[in-house]
Formats: sequence, C-alpha cells, structure tokens
Amino acid sequence: MIALLMRDLKLAFRAGGGFGLGLAFFLIVTIMVPFSVGPQSDLLSKIAPGVLWLGALLACLLSLDRLLALDWEDGSLDLLATAPLPLESTVTIKSLAHWLTTGLPLVLAAPVLGVLLNLPAAGYLWLVVSLVLGTPALSVIGTFGAALTVGLKRGGLLLSLLVLPLYVPTLIFGAEVARRGAIGMETQTPLMMLAGITAASIALLPFASAAVLRVNLR
Amino acid sequence: MSFWEYANPKKFLATTERFMPFLWITSGACLAVGLIWGFFFTPDDYRQGSTVKIIYLHVPAALMAINCWFMMLITSLVWLVRRHHVSALAARAAAPIGAVMTVIALVTGAIWGQPMWGTWWEWDPRLTSFLILFLFYLGYMALWEAIDNPDTAADLTSVLCLVGSVFAILSRYAVNFWNQGLHQGASVMRAGAVTGTDTTEKVSNVFFFPLMVCIAGFILLFIALVFYRTGTEIRARRTQALLARERVGA
Amino acid sequence: MSLSVTDLSIARGGIPVLEGLSFRLVPGQALILRGPNGIGKTTLLRTISGLQPPVSGQVDGAEDQIAYAGHSDGIKPTLTVTENLKFWASVFGAGAIDKALAAYELETLADRAAGALSAGQKRRLGLSRLLVTGRPIWVLDEPTVSLDVRAVEMFANAVRGHLATGGSAIIATHIELGLDGETLDVGPYRAKPPEPDDFDGGFL
Repeated sequence: MIALLMRDLKLAFRAGGGFGLGLAFFLIVTIMVPFSVGPQSDLLSKIAPGVLWLGALLACLLSLDRLLALDWEDGSLDLLATAPLPLESTVTIKSLAHWLTTGLPLVLAAPVLGVLLNLPAAGYLWLVVSLVLGTPALSVIGTFGAALTVGLKRGGLLLSLLVLPLYVPTLIFGAEVARRGAIGMETQTPLMMLAGITAASIALLPFASAAVLRVNLR
Repeated sequence: MSFWEYANPKKFLATTERFMPFLWITSGACLAVGLIWGFFFTPDDYRQGSTVKIIYLHVPAALMAINCWFMMLITSLVWLVRRHHVSALAARAAAPIGAVMTVIALVTGAIWGQPMWGTWWEWDPRLTSFLILFLFYLGYMALWEAIDNPDTAADLTSVLCLVGSVFAILSRYAVNFWNQGLHQGASVMRAGAVTGTDTTEKVSNVFFFPLMVCIAGFILLFIALVFYRTGTEIRARRTQALLARERVGA
Repeated sequence: MSLSVTDLSIARGGIPVLEGLSFRLVPGQALILRGPNGIGKTTLLRTISGLQPPVSGQVDGAEDQIAYAGHSDGIKPTLTVTENLKFWASVFGAGAIDKALAAYELETLADRAAGALSAGQKRRLGLSRLLVTGRPIWVLDEPTVSLDVRAVEMFANAVRGHLATGGSAIIATHIELGLDGETLDVGPYRAKPPEPDDFDGGFL
C-alpha cells in the first residue's frame, strides 16, 4: 500500500505528472473573478468564501480524469487488480494520493488567494478548516466518477457531468462553513454535516468505486 | 406462477402488450377528465386567481419526477441482485420520462411562480432540489449512452443510481439548510405552501378531487410509457443480439 | 498448487466465444495455447486471472496464485527501470529485483527512465516483473511480441527456470518457444451460436 502511494506521489511530481496544474488553475480562476464581477472590495469580500470553494472544487475536478485513466491505459490497473492488494484499498490509496497532490496544495494556497479577494480576517481559519474537511470528500467522490468513466475515450466531459451533482452537498456545507465563519456566525452545524459527509464518503464510496472498476476491467 | 417469470423479455412483452390499450385509454381518460374538470369546473382561488389551476399539471409531474427515480432505484437493485435484463432496461427506459417530468414540474412551477412571486425563478429549496434531480437524470442518461457493452452499462448505471440516490437525498437536506441560511424563512414558507403535496391538505375538496384524478392519470401514463419504452429497449437489444449472432456466423 | 479449469464458457462483449473448455495445470507444467486471432485466447487468460467472470464453468486454484501479463506492461515512462520493478516487487510482497534484472539483461538499463526504452526493452522489463511477483502460475498473453531472437531465448530460459522450481505457466503464443509442454488448441472449443429462443432469457 505504501509502495503504491509512494509511486503515485513520485509520478505526480515527475515531469508530466500534472502536479501544480490544479494549483495554477485555482490561482487563475481566483484572479479572473474580480475581472468578471468588478473590483469593489466589499463585494469581493462577501463572495470570497464561495468563490474560493468553487475554485478549489473545479481545480479538483480538472485533475480527476488522470486519476485512473493513466493506469488503465498502460495496463497497470489489470496488474493491480490481480495483485494481493484488494481493489478497495487500491482506490482508497489512489484517492489519498490525489488528495495529497491536489487537495492539500489547494488548502494551503486558499488563504493566500483569500488576500486577493479581500476575505475578512475571521474567515481565514474557517476557510482552511472547511477545505481540510471537505477536499478529501471531493477526492473520494471524484475517484468514484473516475472509476465509472475509466474505460471511455473522451470521458472527461461525462466525468464532470456525473461528478458535479455528487459534489453539491459537499460544496453547500463547505462553502457555508467558510461563509458563516467569515461573517462571524456559528459554524457548528454545517461543519458537522461537512465532516459527516466526508467521513461517510471515505468509509463507503471506495466499495462502490472498486465495484465499478471491476465491471470496467472485465 | 412466480412474479419473476415476467423478467423473461418475451413474457414481459406478451403481458405488457395485452395491458397497453387499457393503460393508454384509462390514462387518457383520467387526464382528460381531471384536466377539464380542474380547468373549467373549479372556481378560481380567492387569492391566487386562475393561476392556481396549473396545480393540475405541476403537482402530478413533480410527484412522478421523484417516483420515477425511486422506480429506477428499485429496478437497478433488482438488476444488481437478480441480473434480469428487463429490469435494467426498464430503468433505462424510465430515465428520459423522469427527466421530462422534472422539466414539466420546473417549467410549470416557473409559470406559476411568475404571477405569484413576481419572479420566474427563486432559489427555493424545492425548486433547487428539482434542478439537482434533473442533473442526476442527465448524468444517468449520459452514462447509459456512453457505454457500448449493454451489461457493463447496466452495471455502471445501476451503481450510479444507488450512489446518486444517497447524494440526491443529501442534496435535498443540504439545499434546505443552505436556503434557510440565506433567506431566514420568509419566502421559503410561501414557496412551500404553493408547491408540492402540502397544498393538497390546504386546498378544499373542490380542487382536491380533480387533482387526484390528474395524479391517477399521470401515474397510469407513466406506467404506460415505461412499459412501452421498455418494450422498445427490449426490441433494440434483440436487434443487437441478432446482428451479433450473424457476425459470429450462425 | 495446481490449476483446474472445468467446463468453462466465456464471452467477450456479451458474445460467447469459447465453451466446454476443461484442462488441468500441475506444478512444473507449461501449457501453450494456440488458436487463430479472435478465437478468445485473451478472454480465456483474463478469465483465468479473475479479471472477468466466466459465463459458466469453474476456475479452481487460481486465486492469489496468478501472475498475469497482458498486452500492456504496466510500465510508467517517468520512473526508471529499477523503480518500476521495485514497485511491483513491493506490491506483490516479494523482495529482491536483481535476479529479475539479470534474467533479462536489464542491468545496464537499470537507471534509465522506462519511457526511453525501446519496445522490446519495455517488453523485457514487463516480463521481468513476473520474476518479482513470487506467484507460482504465470498467465502470459503473447509474451514474445516485439522481442528479438535473443530476448525470446531469455524469456524461454526464464520460463524453464520457473518450471524447474515448481512453477507453471499458461502461454498464448503464435511462435515456437522451444519449451517442452503440452499444446492446447482452443479452436475446437469455439462457442456454437446459441439457439434463438433460449439464450439470455430470449434476447438472442
């Protein structure tokens, strides 16, 4: 298991691995927002939590089609499926690697981008907390979507169509935590819901992902 | 006589074909009676005027939009557990019907909402949930269309339907929470009073009976359409199978 | 550990390709599969490896015993030869990779990125993976594609060594490997088209 994780991380950091692309996308989207809604700082600070959450979500989404497709193309998935490691663990590790290379950098970058959008001072902590809690769910749900579409050529658009509706609850609660935190409201309820969604996704979705992956491999 | 023998495509076709004329006629009759009764022989609402009459399309469509997904969930489970092809095909056949019902509910809702709330669209929890439900239908249908192998497609869409159902329910609660957070309840209450089933308890019997007839009509129409489209899917599969047989060299 | 296949029927893309196939593979034995393209050799090997379910029949003694090598080698171009091999060695829980490198004369390429290898060299790397899995039954699908004469000899030697230590192998190939083993022509097992009325609950 460790070996698989290390390999995926190594692949992400080597040339062509795509590490940093999601981060760059996040940066660009955030910079584009003031261009589209205008530079008024009070408006920006109002929408900053939501914009940052949406940007992080889209950056996550962009990197999903590489998550399993590369291993599918070069036959690694066939070999992993016949390896002693259960496919459920394999997809969990894949999600973890995806989170470490995409989700975690987004979490770390979000406060910096918050400065650009004039995020209120109270909001930084909650933004980071909500992203730390929420982005693992995005990776796990995304892995499920990637497993569904792994055998398809040009599955990228379909992947977005399938995954985005599944992202709705995570986005709502995550952005709500950040938004409430920024204006000093209580955040406990959405925070609990967000944590619950993430925990349940991590616990249950790998089984669904492994099941659809097996179907796709045959 | 076991229920499951209707899972044989031939038996299914033979049985449903016997019922089809009955289903078409009764659904047509119910809809005609319900709609004419509702549109022309019920008084206008004292507050909403004649706009209230769109209820006879809106409520049944909304009901069927949800129940259609529920039916797909059940047939998907049957496919995953018992591997009856007809079950998977019925789920596939129902999806576009459900999507259309969702659109009808959304459009009639908008037409109703315009004079009532002065806006075509409101990010009310109910409306928003229906929009999300529509997205789920879209994704489900797109996945069916994208995969060549029918068994693979049936398996994948069934799992998507299962997972999607959980997330659809989650979204429903999330949206509820999210909008109350924004609007502090006021418009939500009004929206809740005019949309959905709690209307039936508030409106008087004058509106209630034609509404029931309309709902019965929609249910019958839905069953007829699902049977009809499942038959089409079965025949399409048979064509495919015969072509494949030819390729193998029979 | 012996593998037995009993009355196996398999399908590809929903269409039956082979049926009524039975054989046994005991330790030390090599089984060469022959048959024209499209007859279902790959499907058979994938079924034996557990990647796809059979239509009917049984495969016994295969679970966690199989090292499968298909058309693609599962090689990551940005990792070096050693890294690729080490990864598979640790996934399968086996340790040393030196022997595997030596068997296919990959030592001089050990630090090169796999993406820079030629097709034949990649294939050698893919085959050397079998040696680090520690699995007794090798299931090989056209292993000699893009190998030169010398590399085919390396491969044959590796298989002989594997058989000598109590392993076994099923190999689908079109060339003569010079291995002593039984040959199974799957041609006669080609699935007959099903009766129009009874297959698949009436779909066919």
